[in-house]
Amino acid sequence: MGDYVILAISCILINNILLAQFLGNCPFLGTSKKMETAVGMSMAVVFVLVMAGVGTWLINNYILQKFGLEFLRTIAFILVIASLVQFVEMFLKKSIPALYAGLGIFLPLITTNCAVMGACLINIKEEYTFLQALVASFSYAIGFGLALILFAGVRERILLARVPKPLQDTSIALVTAGILSLTFFAFKGMV
Amino acid sequence: MAKTLVQEFTKGLWEEIPPFRLVLGLCPVLAVTKTVENGIGMGVATTFVLVGSNFFVSLLRKFIPSKVRIACFIIIIATFVTLVELLMQAFTYPLFLKLGIFIPLIVVNCIVLGRSEAFAFKNGIARSLADGLGIGIGFTLALAALGAVRELLGAGTLTFWETPIQILSPTIQPFTFMIEAPGAFVCLGLMLCLMNLVGSK
Repeated sequence: MGDYVILAISCILINNILLAQFLGNCPFLGTSKKMETAVGMSMAVVFVLVMAGVGTWLINNYILQKFGLEFLRTIAFILVIASLVQFVEMFLKKSIPALYAGLGIFLPLITTNCAVMGACLINIKEEYTFLQALVASFSYAIGFGLALILFAGVRERILLARVPKPLQDTSIALVTAGILSLTFFAFKGMV
Repeated sequence: MAKTLVQEFTKGLWEEIPPFRLVLGLCPVLAVTKTVENGIGMGVATTFVLVGSNFFVSLLRKFIPSKVRIACFIIIIATFVTLVELLMQAFTYPLFLKLGIFIPLIVVNCIVLGRSEAFAFKNGIARSLADGLGIGIGFTLALAALGAVRELLGAGTLTFWETPIQILSPTIQPFTFMIEAPGAFVCLGLMLCLMNLVGSK
């Protein structure tokens, strides 16, 4: 049990997927202008990442490795993620319309979110067991949400500040992300 | 749309240079630019995928139904990424190990998908090739520049073909912040600011 807690903490804080591993930076900058979109995106990522993590782990260990097809991993994973996203979208539209309306356009965008694909690949690379992969996927998603929502909060305040012209928009956002990353950097060596 | 082939090629080098003008595909930009060598390796791999996928998307654009085009693009891109993965494993194994999961992650690099969607699907083969090559080389240059700045400030060296060359005098304490994660964000942000300054004149 303790091992899983340590794994979760290290995935959320120390190896934060956005700020330490640099995965999923496009939606990080793209959806962090408003708090609402940031929350929507985080929820969608939690949802899909857990399912994708489990799905790709099963496919990798029970199909690809069994038949010696590891070189097809990239294609197999992206297909799993793409079809999973499509499936989740259809399922939500039909059975939980309220959640579907909340997630809106963020669901299809997740297909090209490298946080999802990256987390799945890390699970395989670290040779996690099934339970570890599940915990790690969930924690990565929570870490993604944490960083994104914190960042959105900071960015909303930047709107009120007077920023020099060349630094405006993406440029200041990146510098801010750097400072946020520095705070997460402080967790290094904790576990 | 009256651009010549040369213009299609050169626009990727300055006007639309990723990731500065097109803020896409940031993950590899931030993650692999610890050294110049990694940056260039990543850039070349991405260029290969970009040119290949642009060529095939453009070739097959009359046959791909527009409803399922994204899925088709992804399969074409994934094929080329697998090719790069296998080629790099065979010929540049140390680099392959250093770039790690960022090679398979070219699949989800928004620049590649973005060019398929925004350009290759609407234009002829020659134009798409020129576009892919231009954007790819622009991306490589940007990665190399960022890698050079970060490595020079962070370690005082420049690495080419696995041999770090000491540039700054060893008595100067290197600014290690630059090669760590936070430095990547700050450095890219400041470079973007510099581009804006130069571009707005």
